[in-house]
Amino acid sequence: MSMTTKLLEGTGGWLDDRFHGARGVRTLFRKIFPDHWTFLLGEIALYSFIILLLTGTFLTFFFQPSMTEVVYHGSYTHLDGVRMSEAYASTLNISFDVRGGLLMRQIHHWAADLFVAAIMAHMLRIFFTGAYRKPREVNWLIGLALLTLSLFEGLFGYSLPDDLLSGTGLRITEGVLLSVPIVGTYLSYFLFGGPYPGNLIIPRLYIIHVLLLPGIFLALITAHLFIMFHQKHTQMPGKGRTNTNVVGAPTYPYFMAKTGAFFFFTFAAVALASTFAQINPIWLYGPYTPVGISAGSQPDFYMGFLEGSLRMMPSWTWDAWGHTVMWNVFIPAFIPLGLIFTGAALWPFLEQWITGDRSEHHVNDRPRNAPTRTALGMAAVTFYGILWLEGANDVIADHLDISLYLTTEIARYAIFIGPVVAYIVTKRICLGLQRKDMHLLEHGVETGIIRQLPSGEYVEDTRPVDEDALAVLEARQPPPSLPVGASAAGADDVPPPGMRGGLGRVRERLNEVLTESVPMDGHGNGYGNGHGNGHGDGHAGPGRAAISSGGSEQAEGTAEGQEDGPD
Amino acid sequence: MSWITAKRRRPVANYAVVLLGLILVGAIYATITGSGESAASTNPTTSQAEIAKGQQIFLQTCATCHGLQAQGTAVAPSLIGVGSAAVDFQVSTGRMPLKATDAEAPTKPRQLDPAETKAVAAYIESLAGGPAIPTPAEVSSSGADVALGQELFTADCAQCHNFDGAGGALTYGKYAAALNQATPTQLYEAMLTGPEAMPVFNDTTITPDQKRDIIAYVVDSRDTPNPGGFSLGRVGPVTEGLVAFLGLLFFMVLAAMWITAKHRKSADE
Amino acid sequence: MSDTGVPEGLPHETEGHAGPHRVIGTPPPAQARTLLGDGSDRAGDGALPAQRELPADLPDPARAKRAERLVAGLFLLSMVAGIGFIAAYVGLEVHSVDAVLRSNLALGLSMSVAFLGLAAGATIWVRHLMPNVELTEQRHPLHSDPEDRQAFAETFAEGAEASQFTKRPLLRRTLIAATVPLVAAPVVLLRDLGPLPGTSLRHTVWRKGMRLLTYGANTPIRPGDFSSPGGMITVVPDGYQDNLNALAAATAIIIKFQPGVMVFGKPGQVRGGYVTPNWTVDNIVCYSKICTHVGCPAALYEQTTHHILCPCHQSTFDAPRGAQVLFGPAPRPLPQLPITTDAEGYLVAQGDFHEPVGPSFWERG
Repeated sequence: MSMTTKLLEGTGGWLDDRFHGARGVRTLFRKIFPDHWTFLLGEIALYSFIILLLTGTFLTFFFQPSMTEVVYHGSYTHLDGVRMSEAYASTLNISFDVRGGLLMRQIHHWAADLFVAAIMAHMLRIFFTGAYRKPREVNWLIGLALLTLSLFEGLFGYSLPDDLLSGTGLRITEGVLLSVPIVGTYLSYFLFGGPYPGNLIIPRLYIIHVLLLPGIFLALITAHLFIMFHQKHTQMPGKGRTNTNVVGAPTYPYFMAKTGAFFFFTFAAVALASTFAQINPIWLYGPYTPVGISAGSQPDFYMGFLEGSLRMMPSWTWDAWGHTVMWNVFIPAFIPLGLIFTGAALWPFLEQWITGDRSEHHVNDRPRNAPTRTALGMAAVTFYGILWLEGANDVIADHLDISLYLTTEIARYAIFIGPVVAYIVTKRICLGLQRKDMHLLEHGVETGIIRQLPSGEYVEDTRPVDEDALAVLEARQPPPSLPVGASAAGADDVPPPGMRGGLGRVRERLNEVLTESVPMDGHGNGYGNGHGNGHGDGHAGPGRAAISSGGSEQAEGTAEGQEDGPD
Repeated sequence: MSWITAKRRRPVANYAVVLLGLILVGAIYATITGSGESAASTNPTTSQAEIAKGQQIFLQTCATCHGLQAQGTAVAPSLIGVGSAAVDFQVSTGRMPLKATDAEAPTKPRQLDPAETKAVAAYIESLAGGPAIPTPAEVSSSGADVALGQELFTADCAQCHNFDGAGGALTYGKYAAALNQATPTQLYEAMLTGPEAMPVFNDTTITPDQKRDIIAYVVDSRDTPNPGGFSLGRVGPVTEGLVAFLGLLFFMVLAAMWITAKHRKSADE
Repeated sequence: MSDTGVPEGLPHETEGHAGPHRVIGTPPPAQARTLLGDGSDRAGDGALPAQRELPADLPDPARAKRAERLVAGLFLLSMVAGIGFIAAYVGLEVHSVDAVLRSNLALGLSMSVAFLGLAAGATIWVRHLMPNVELTEQRHPLHSDPEDRQAFAETFAEGAEASQFTKRPLLRRTLIAATVPLVAAPVVLLRDLGPLPGTSLRHTVWRKGMRLLTYGANTPIRPGDFSSPGGMITVVPDGYQDNLNALAAATAIIIKFQPGVMVFGKPGQVRGGYVTPNWTVDNIVCYSKICTHVGCPAALYEQTTHHILCPCHQSTFDAPRGAQVLFGPAPRPLPQLPITTDAEGYLVAQGDFHEPVGPSFWERG
């Protein structure tokens, strides 16, 4: 104990004398973090961000954010004597004349790709488990803001070297800005400081990329983590896990050790990629010129969905009264982006309004237990995915030997049909999985042992589900019911304010669809409204009495919770 | 009980479903890939002498499609005036003789050896002239201005062939070939004669010296090692994105699963 | 303002789950204890509870020893790799592609091994050298007690009254009026980010008599030289070959056709689907290279189909028919540059394009 005692009394005492930390730090150390591998997806993003800060700082010591034209005479002799911007020349310098420079550049770019990929994976986990529900709506919005900003941060970052590939992306940006009605030309001239390309865009993007956006990121990430800390992390359903507790291991030393290990894993993964997989070889692309372009030009993957939407859009424009509206650029540039992000931002509130559920949720849903939500999420993923694939359509056409125009034609239909198909298929899969769960609960696990009964009948033995699995299977919370609406009310009844009129009927109908689930008793044709009115028919089997009776208590609790009035 | 229900639980049922799925995917893929229209004609230019052997080979190998006097038929263009350069290009890259009519003649192992190729080329040249096979000096990279070659390549070649000569998609199933296997002579001949859909860059538009510069750039570029690791096909962000998801993120998920895995012994306690 | 008077630390029930506190399933394994919230020992003497929360001993010492050796080995490997990184940095030079390849490989590999060693070692340490602990902590309801809310409301209201903010509308309104221009000021400051576009998007630098130069070589062109049907080349205006701003709008391509392939319209007129005849020379036509979709160079020319394809988003233009759009998102044909020959026989422009080049914009009309 002497090592720890010395440390506590020496350094610990010195700090505590100044900061009154003993109780607070002890609380922190004993804080419980639940454990599930999907909870580490956000950490991948966090640690990638730290790696980006570290490697990015290194790069700023050598990069010249200037579009002044110079003649290159550095170590990459294949471009000797070529005129290029200082930005491009300094990137060549980092790659070929600074020890570790190429490694730092590659780590920075791979970490950026991993950052955005991890945010997407993390966001999907949050969505499919319903972790965005009260009290975490604000954190969901912060997360969406982080995702949006990360797209721009990446775009501006890989445009800094001013090479042919990223410069083409800037050209497309100019075209997109021009398509904005009324103010498009002004936006373009203000961003580029005049006609395209000018010589101001790289220094401007540089400052946004290394100062403005990282500052906002630091603030948002801090807020995101603090809120998560303060509200405590959600947990997966399981034995002993309720909505009012957190089960796991304490921060010190367990969680700290695990998260530290994960940081090293993240760094190791990115370092491995940067050793063995070349990324963004700008020396092969050549310096940017508006005269040239390469076949197979794509932005980095996270901008791919915008590229795809630009490619698949038919050429619609309106020309009237001396003005042109470029729908063929404006729609693909802003509508998919707007739809996905606005839809995502509004979703927690929309779901609250539809279901009337105002309670806190600290236990995650299993995706199958929210079939409509999961199906909607998969439809959104499919929508995004088709746009993304179309963004690489020329590479796909070339390598998979498919006609180029055909890829676009397919995409134009798939973008509408795909999400619908995905919704239907996902929903059926979820309902099927729920039925399987109910079957397990009711009948137990098949053992594969066949017995012959005295009557001659053959019967397969089953055993009850074990405790851990039982806890998970039973952790389905029936959603609170909405107050009786206009359609179910009698002629003389007046529905509560939120359920009146056309909007009330819409709300009722949406609620039916959203809470559609296999009923808890496992019977019914799987098409019933799982929410019922809280008074279950009491079809109790072993170990499930708690749930069906809890159902009626749920209804009471909900009614109480709604005393302050649904709206 | 129906036939399918009875057989459903047999082990072979799984394999049957997978096989059915593969056949379905393959069938869909086959309907959307492959053939478009045949390639159209190249341009007539002048040719030279050294004929007899070439004519013989021509009659055996080429005349069925190109006609007995190389005048062209319904299925193949006329070779009158295409020149020895065009013949050398098409035959040495193995594009000709064509095995099957498709949107574009693909490269394949050459069927005529160099001597035979030269003979046929000379025969065609003798019919009506045309661009000649370049000499080794005309395609050598020594003393070439690689920087100018890069500028010219970027402005006039990269839009089809990709910044690194990796090739690219054209319309209706055609494609611009990858340049990594082409010899300097073949590069020169392609520029000069404009095979299939490729434009013609004659010697008075892009001079022989400038062609040498472009060739030097292409050869230089493809011989450049990849200092950052495996090139991932030098295709750009598409393969990079695939690696980010299938490599990096997948690895991180595996690491996360390891770190958070439950101890097996805890289930027994 | 005042203490709630209620000792903290008693578990609260959250709303929405009213009902008796039930335990579902059997209690968690042996070493689990319930922690009564944060800082809840205030009621007690603050000393550590008698029974350990975090047990120190592992059930299988031999296995733990093996794990310790493995972790130590991994950490040592990490150390060696770290030293290797420093050695590689000091020892390996860069300044050539091959040298950078070696340096990158050495630095990257040593860094990867160093981090992997640490990562794997730390993971095994946590999983096999730390006891398997599962603890439970109660959540507090996130909303404050009604008394706290009430107290806050009172404090807030008292302060609002004391500040007179609610009672003196003149103060309030003039304060808001004072801040409005200051809020607008930063936006106003951005005005000089760039010049107003004016009409500059409607013109390029092409002028009458300006020679067409092949890009890169920067040599003028005679029709007699650009004589092979099926030929295409990128051209730029003489005097602007190094000016990227000018080139971003003025870059063009010339295409040579066989006689009779182009479909001509009326002289001097721009008409969709037709080439303006008196703007061509000897079956050579000049089109803007800047795609009318979002401005990528549309230069992919297929001499067999006579299609100009833009590689960015696959807009396809029909070259013999005034570069009208055949497929893809581009809304307009590529503008045609009027060309002719000068006294020395070189190709020159007759003037600027007759319509704005590149992407459309609101004021284009």
